[in-house]
Amino acid sequence: MTTHYDADAGHHRIVEAGSPVINFSVFAVLILVTLFIAYRASSRGTSSDYFVAGSTFSGAQNGIALSGDFLSAASFLGIAGAIAIHGYDGFLYSIGFLVAWLVNLLLVAERLRNTGRFTMGDVLGFRMRQRPVRAAAAVSTMMITIFYMIAQMAGAGSLVALLLNVQGAWGQALIIAVVGVVMILYVLVGGMKGTTWVQIFKATLLLITVALMTLFLLGKFGFSVNDLMDQAAAGNPLGERMFAPGAQYGESSTTRLDFVSLSLALVLGVAGLPHVLMRFYTVPTAKEARRSVVWATWLMSGFYLCTLVIGFGAAALVGTEKIMNAPGEENSAAPLLAYEIGGTFLLGVVAAVAFATILAVVAGLTLTASASFAHDLYANVIKRGRADSGSEVRVARQTAMVIGAVSIVGGILVHEQNVAFLVGLAFAFAASANLSTLLYSLFWPRFNTKGTLWAMYGGLGSCLLLVVFSPVFSGDPDSIIPAVDFALFPLKNPGIVSIPLSFVFGVIGTFRDEEPADRARQAEMEVRSLTGIGSER
Amino acid sequence: MTNATPPPMRARSAGQAGKAPVAFGGIDKSAARRGTDKPDFDDIQQSDKFIRLRSRLKRFVFPMTLLFLCWYIGYVVLAAYAHDFMATPLLGNVNVGIVLGIAQFASTVVITTLYVRFADRRIDPQVAEIRNDVEDGTL
Repeated sequence: MTTHYDADAGHHRIVEAGSPVINFSVFAVLILVTLFIAYRASSRGTSSDYFVAGSTFSGAQNGIALSGDFLSAASFLGIAGAIAIHGYDGFLYSIGFLVAWLVNLLLVAERLRNTGRFTMGDVLGFRMRQRPVRAAAAVSTMMITIFYMIAQMAGAGSLVALLLNVQGAWGQALIIAVVGVVMILYVLVGGMKGTTWVQIFKATLLLITVALMTLFLLGKFGFSVNDLMDQAAAGNPLGERMFAPGAQYGESSTTRLDFVSLSLALVLGVAGLPHVLMRFYTVPTAKEARRSVVWATWLMSGFYLCTLVIGFGAAALVGTEKIMNAPGEENSAAPLLAYEIGGTFLLGVVAAVAFATILAVVAGLTLTASASFAHDLYANVIKRGRADSGSEVRVARQTAMVIGAVSIVGGILVHEQNVAFLVGLAFAFAASANLSTLLYSLFWPRFNTKGTLWAMYGGLGSCLLLVVFSPVFSGDPDSIIPAVDFALFPLKNPGIVSIPLSFVFGVIGTFRDEEPADRARQAEMEVRSLTGIGSER
Repeated sequence: MTNATPPPMRARSAGQAGKAPVAFGGIDKSAARRGTDKPDFDDIQQSDKFIRLRSRLKRFVFPMTLLFLCWYIGYVVLAAYAHDFMATPLLGNVNVGIVLGIAQFASTVVITTLYVRFADRRIDPQVAEIRNDVEDGTL
């Protein structure tokens, strides 16, 4: 999410007529409603209630929540804006996000549901030596979720500042802190059940808003997609070229390869994102896990097709120039369009939905990171599996507060930086460290403890190294340290190298281990993952 | 016992295991098995039915995964390197790129539907059969 927010410029609001009073009241109502939902849904029971809502959600409910996890502010505002500005290239993101669900559907979701209980570590550690593997799983989970969360928090600051016209560094810091505190409240009060209901509420709101905007836009152009596209081309300096790829990624051979690398990370990363994986435990059976992916796939196809219309609509009705001159640039395309077609009220609604989106997504991330700490590190590594369910939940709640605080501080510190790379990086991490190990441990009988550790740390390590020595860190005007240049690796996204590397590391590690795979546990895991015999219900 | 591996078949077998010693005075076979009332996963894994289930599933999901990954990567490479081809107009403003992009959506939904039909019709009944056999003790 790119947000060039200039705190000093004395300041144009996103829309001059947008009323802060209406926006503030819609936001306040929304926070109260979602907190009430989280409170009503809360259950103060066992660790299973707290972490995975006692596995009581239906496939449809979980599917809506899964799509909610995915339809973050970045995909709603970011993709619609990217389509309005860059045309076709903005659309490429959504295709990667959608196709990625097939990896979950075909290979991961049902097997994971049958094998584990709360976390990704349950599956990875199932037939390996518990302590090292769970520690690695927790490290990877926490790195991915915290990166992802800091990016969301930083985005939240700029975005809400933009929509509510809050100016200055302190104002933004305050907003980030409010987002953080509300999110911690959801997690502490509601646990997984509350967080999921908030996610369902928000996803429904978002989907309805987007569908109505799309219908309205199509209606305005007499349901002729061609007329809409004509108008869009007229409003965009790219003209007809906006309907073909190349505007954003086509600059040089490096940017093209970077795009291929990013696409690979997107399509393979989803099935390794810990907060997505954890959702599969909130349903009672593998069949319901399968259903939830189907729901998520259908909802997201609809959503992304709508963002295509909204993006073209924003180019047609608002015009690229006006969007780029607004304070949030690309991100302001959808809000500006909302104002254009529905006035102050619709602008308030879209702003509130975007805000709810950030809140719900960061709450899910916090829950995942704290569950991994409590269940993998505390209960299984530190207490060696002898922690009772009550103390696990207590530790998870304390961790959620710490993680919330860390991400508030992190979000405030990085909010002036371009943090879009953090999300891409989270996907690359997930694809490199988690996907290879998950697939190997589910489908390769010979895979063993050393293989797991090599693949995870190899994937994480190569990702980190490649990013540190990439233009993200140095040598580029947009870098974190623009003054020096130690960018040895030309690509901003490491996926194309680190993903294959982690698969290779897994093989090397496996063959270097003198200790063979645990035959009995492998049999148990295979039978359990395919049939559900012995699974937690 | 770690948290990842609760006793299998907990809900069904807990009642029996709890009652068995009272009812049968500890001589019964089920009481003798009480400490290890797990099904024999090794036997299940070696059974014909399970082997058939596993190979049927793998024969579907692996080729399908390969197919959609190749189709997706092919599309990405075209989008990255074949701009002119993607810009070829087909119908008004709609060009090859847009059609291929929508086709990615369509293929995702089609593969999802195919898999669900396959799993509902071919996999689920076989899983149910194996589970029944294990519960009856015939496997």
